[in-house]
Amino acid sequence: MTHWLIAPVVLPAMLAPFIVLAARYHIGIQRAFSVAGVVALIVISAALAWNASDGTVEIYQLGDWAAPFGIILVGDSLSTLMVLLTAVLALCVLLYAIGSEWDDRGTHFHALFQFQLMGIMGAFLTGDLFNLFVFFEVLLIASYGLMIHAGGTARLRAGVQYVLFNLIGSTLFLFALGSIYAETGTLNMADLAARVALIDPAETVGIRVASVLLLLVFAIKAAVVPLHFWLPSSYAEAPAPVAALFAIMTKVGGYAIIRVYTLIFPPDVEVTSGLHDLWLLPAALASLAIGMIGVLAAKRLDRLVAFAVIGSMAMVMVSIALFTPTGIAAALYYIVHSTLAAAALFLIADLVRTGRGNVELTAQAPMAGAALTAALFFIGAIAMAGLPPLSGFIGKLLVLDAAFDTDMMVWVWIIVLCSSLISILGFARAGSVLFWKAHSVTHSEDDLVMPRPTTLSYVAVGALIGLLTLHTVFAGQVHGYTTRIAATLFEPTAYSNAVLNTPGKLSKPKKEEEH
Amino acid sequence: MSLFILVALPFLGALLPGLMNSAGRSACAGVTFTVSLTAFIGLLTNLPSVLAGEVVTARVDWMPVLGLNFTLMLDGLGFFFALLILGIGLLIIAYGRNYLSREDNMGQFFTYLLLFQGAMVGIVLSDNVLLLLIFWELTSLSSFLLIGYWKHLPEGRQGARMALTVTGMGGLAMIGGMLILGQIVGSYDLSVILQNRELIQADPLYLPALILILLGCFTKSAQFPFHFWLPHAMAAPTPVSAYLHSATMVKAGIFLMARMWPVLSGTPEWFVIVTTAGLVTMCIGAVIALFKHDLKALLAFSTVSHLGLITMLLGTGTAFGAMAAMFHILNHATFKAALFMSAGIIDHEAHTRDIRRLGGLRTLMPVTFVIATLAALSMAGIPLLNGFLSKEMMLEEANHTVLFNVPWLVPVLATVGSVFSAAYCFRLIGHTFFGPVRDDYPAKPHDPPAGLWMPPAILVVLVVVIGVAPFLAEPFVKLVTASVLGGEAEVPKAYFKIWHGLVPALYMSIIATVGGLILLMVFKPALRIWDGAPRPEAKVIFEAIVEAAATLAQKLILPLHNGAFSRYAAIGSVAIIGAGFHAWSTGQVGPATRTAQAADPVAIAGWGMLVAATVGLVFLHRNRLLSLILIGIVGLMVSIGFVFFSAPDLAMTQFTVEVVTIILLLLALNFLPKTTPVESSVLRRVRDVAVAVAGGVATFGIAYHFLLRDAVTTPISEFHLANSYKGGGGTNVVNVILVDFRGFDTYGEIIVLGIAALLIYALTQSLLGGPVRARLLNRKPDQPRAGDMHPMMMVVLTRVIMPVVMMVGFYIFLRGHNEPGGGFIAGLIVSIGVVMQYMASGFNWASARLHYPYHGVIGAGVLVAGLTGIGSWFVNKPFLTSDFTYVRIPPFEKFELATAALFDVGVFLAVVGAVMLSLESFSRLARRAHEPETEHPMDIDPSRDVEDAKGAV
Repeated sequence: MTHWLIAPVVLPAMLAPFIVLAARYHIGIQRAFSVAGVVALIVISAALAWNASDGTVEIYQLGDWAAPFGIILVGDSLSTLMVLLTAVLALCVLLYAIGSEWDDRGTHFHALFQFQLMGIMGAFLTGDLFNLFVFFEVLLIASYGLMIHAGGTARLRAGVQYVLFNLIGSTLFLFALGSIYAETGTLNMADLAARVALIDPAETVGIRVASVLLLLVFAIKAAVVPLHFWLPSSYAEAPAPVAALFAIMTKVGGYAIIRVYTLIFPPDVEVTSGLHDLWLLPAALASLAIGMIGVLAAKRLDRLVAFAVIGSMAMVMVSIALFTPTGIAAALYYIVHSTLAAAALFLIADLVRTGRGNVELTAQAPMAGAALTAALFFIGAIAMAGLPPLSGFIGKLLVLDAAFDTDMMVWVWIIVLCSSLISILGFARAGSVLFWKAHSVTHSEDDLVMPRPTTLSYVAVGALIGLLTLHTVFAGQVHGYTTRIAATLFEPTAYSNAVLNTPGKLSKPKKEEEH
Repeated sequence: MSLFILVALPFLGALLPGLMNSAGRSACAGVTFTVSLTAFIGLLTNLPSVLAGEVVTARVDWMPVLGLNFTLMLDGLGFFFALLILGIGLLIIAYGRNYLSREDNMGQFFTYLLLFQGAMVGIVLSDNVLLLLIFWELTSLSSFLLIGYWKHLPEGRQGARMALTVTGMGGLAMIGGMLILGQIVGSYDLSVILQNRELIQADPLYLPALILILLGCFTKSAQFPFHFWLPHAMAAPTPVSAYLHSATMVKAGIFLMARMWPVLSGTPEWFVIVTTAGLVTMCIGAVIALFKHDLKALLAFSTVSHLGLITMLLGTGTAFGAMAAMFHILNHATFKAALFMSAGIIDHEAHTRDIRRLGGLRTLMPVTFVIATLAALSMAGIPLLNGFLSKEMMLEEANHTVLFNVPWLVPVLATVGSVFSAAYCFRLIGHTFFGPVRDDYPAKPHDPPAGLWMPPAILVVLVVVIGVAPFLAEPFVKLVTASVLGGEAEVPKAYFKIWHGLVPALYMSIIATVGGLILLMVFKPALRIWDGAPRPEAKVIFEAIVEAAATLAQKLILPLHNGAFSRYAAIGSVAIIGAGFHAWSTGQVGPATRTAQAADPVAIAGWGMLVAATVGLVFLHRNRLLSLILIGIVGLMVSIGFVFFSAPDLAMTQFTVEVVTIILLLLALNFLPKTTPVESSVLRRVRDVAVAVAGGVATFGIAYHFLLRDAVTTPISEFHLANSYKGGGGTNVVNVILVDFRGFDTYGEIIVLGIAALLIYALTQSLLGGPVRARLLNRKPDQPRAGDMHPMMMVVLTRVIMPVVMMVGFYIFLRGHNEPGGGFIAGLIVSIGVVMQYMASGFNWASARLHYPYHGVIGAGVLVAGLTGIGSWFVNKPFLTSDFTYVRIPPFEKFELATAALFDVGVFLAVVGAVMLSLESFSRLARRAHEPETEHPMDIDPSRDVEDAKGAV
């Protein structure tokens, strides 16, 4: 019996209390343990992803209880991909937090960071809906802690909105879970899939309401319009490395939708048809429009990036909302891209902040470290706006291609392409003001000289850009892989078999004789 | 040389100039030149194959599923354009070395230039339309960087953004067009697409695809009405203008039209759209060019005009038109690049490009004069120069083209365009070089060093050679034409020669030349008319549109996201309720499977209190203390509700949680105003009431629905009930679920609790560092204090109770596995016991007697729980697998030892730590607020000295 599958949850969950217990006054020790833990996470996640890449579905029965009675973790190709993405992102973000000394501007950064990782990892790995709720809580509370790290009035105010809106989401999650349990009597996802099939077509209200409420919970996490209001100010006000880590948080919502709405409520299930397949795509398109218009409207760089995140996540949602294998494959490719690009841009916004003291989109004297920061911004903007040669462009092609044969094709194409143009305009204006117009501003010698960002900060951003480049160069392989993942999602027998047919405690005859 | 290397070379080489920047300007330009030269020679190595009519290909699969592959091909057309790109590129690099000043960052310049070169070579060698799109957009991006190269110039920044926006828009449209094309054919490979003319033209999506692709071509090649960006791109350094904006990039659109010619052309739609756009562009460009005073602006509009000419030729859809287009591309590239470089020389030496301030340069700059004059005359279409030949072919083709059923339309417009074209060429020569020598040039003009005049001179040599001996270019142009036609039409037999006899085209040429001269003579009155005529200023319009878009975006987005949380919540709630109602109303309601229980008076009374407290809360919530009490009632009734539903565990938990919450909230309320001010309007409150009522009704609806219905099949809780003792060793199912069946959930939840406490700590910590600290220090209590903060009665009572509470906690903990209780409740009870000490005797006094840092207690709790889980790994069982056994230590009875109890210890510690840390955090605020603290357990103590007691108060 191996325990690697639970390691991504347990490792940070043990590191965090250890840091609180033993090293809460020693930033050096915290950093060492935090980095070591994340590096280990990458290795473990890579091994898990490798193991799952051939279609193996690994399961882990907590407390040795078989599904659906106990909680299980499931490592299939989808969840391990997300786990690996999280781990890799975490390392870049962590290096930046250390390089920029953000971690030392408040208390408990590393402990909360590890708890946050635990929550994200758990949310990706669990095969149980209630356990998913628990991990949503963990990552919500930890993210709130990280968000208000280092304090400040604006940040605290944004934090209150963030946590309040997400508490609405949590309440809704409980309503949805209550409904689902009342309707089906189970919480295990694979078991739910089996039981939804038993529902009488003449008694569908319960499951219909439950499935919609659940989708809305995930839509809040994924910042789908009109449930996105919590995102702009909280991401903009959060400390940069935290905002960068949050790039994966919206994807948790996207992941959950992919998982639940291919496994439990796939498009061909009659009792829940005519619901999310009806309105999710228009909502996603609206999000795309709002996000990219927001890019053009923003008056500060951090808000601009926050809106870009909404737009970028909306591209993922557009692709998911097609609920076809090609759509999901494109969405998964785009999720990786969007996560890395958003994180890079948040960090770049912080490079700007470091170099000139603020992120207002007004002409000011050239910032410290302008040349390198400008180059990185240019690349990051290209990625986010979906221009060649980076993966944003390939992702956009994939989404457009996936939408080709659908009823909504014209709308998808028009909105995707027009919003791309708007975001190009927005990014070009921002970059031109930040990096070019600065040269025409006369500045006096006694202006406050801001420090140049540290080398480690640049290394962290460079690493993200490097990953984006790899994601582009190996686009064929990655997309091939996401296509295989999508195929397994629409043919979930392997998943269901592994989850439901693995015996646990008391399901073994030998064990039963003991008592 | 492999095509891959050919394309990759400029990209890889782009790293070098930046690297060599500090080694000096010549070194920097030298490496750039070497890179380009290598690529140029590499291209020439493929010449024999191309001449033999072969198509050189190279292929690497990139994204086979999508159909995006790294496929390259080199045929006549590709070779021709690559030759232009690399050949003129070499001259531009040599010219640029001498053009840029010492203040300019040359490494950056050449890096951008090589990026552009690579992208451009990529476009012309792509055999995959998606790959072509990638290079296409890359040219837009590198052009953006090059136009904005002089960052301090506002024209540069605006021009760069305008170019990016317009060509970016075209690029996006083209994405759509190419995807449609690929979907029709089933492949994105050009070689396949080009074989499917009938299939594509018969498809209903042909027209949308055509329009989208042409949008891309027209924006890139500055065709009307997208021509306006090109003149503003002239803010770039002159080498860039010469290279990108006359010789190469702007021809990308034309290249693509030529590339797609076999499959897209020949339809009425193509003919009408392309020919019209080309014709209009040609005329408008020529007319505007005549009246421009800036040399580069004049050349820019003349470029627009000539691009229109070529577009028109492609639009006719005949083989002869295509051949004329190819020939003119070659000729235009040579004379126009030479002219731009000459303009750059004049700007460089005379420090102005304004024609009105120039004149008489003929004697001052003889070399430049010769170069520019020959090039300009070629552009005007004067015989013995190459421009004449292709212009004759254009006029010939125009004669055979009938647009909108009006036979004279095309020839007349073509002639008018040519007249203006000749006029601006003559003006360029006449007003710059002829006329009297002036004495007010901004700088003394003289011929530049050879480094500057040599590159245009080389081009002018070509102009003359082709012009005198057209047969030299003929085989090559025909080869290129053949690959444009792609077998859809025969290459025309027509020979390239200077004298065709007295054909209509010749007369039109003569009219153009004479007309041009006449126009120049009447230039002054014509200029007055032009200046007096109102005309739209593209830049103003464009900037206005962009500003309007940005303003509109701000009007739309900013008020909606201004931080008004109640609106966010209202919109979100309405969306949720709406979606839920939609799901409800489209479903089928089945019959109830359970009967409702009869409600007894106790239940009704409890329900009544719950409702009364809730309704009361709505009306009294502005009084914060009162609302806390009402919330307490709600909590209490919920606890009783749990008892009613036979869930004593939940009831106990809820009850203790209520107590702790109320205590913590009371502490927090201490720092807040006693009442909540009215901040929202009546209307908004009505809205909120409506949303809240709708939400309440909806919640009631689903709850009521589910209360009366069973699950579709046996719920998993049956398993838990049946196996709690057998598998978990406990008779209290709730506890076994919490610590065993679903211990992992509990593990997560205690972490949530721990984090919450850490968070409260971090929050107060950062509050104390900020402006809040000053406010706390200056805080005046708004109500009189009791005076006796630590009353003796309470101190004595809490001390007495303390051991009892501890004992109860211990007992609750131990019995948890079988009876209601457990670590969570025990933790809360013990916390309450300790909290009471704090309340009675103050924080300082109590914490001085507690030696455990609460952070550590939380950490230890989570660690213990985690380690318990890990413990099962050592017996090769999954995380959190429990085991239990029964032991007997005399004289006690036999009792059970379960690993779950250890887990429960972790829960216990985490709960205690979390509650106490929260309390401590609030108390820190209190201490900041100058609350008097004593070192004594109580303020009034009969056993203490009177002085002591006084001192303490």
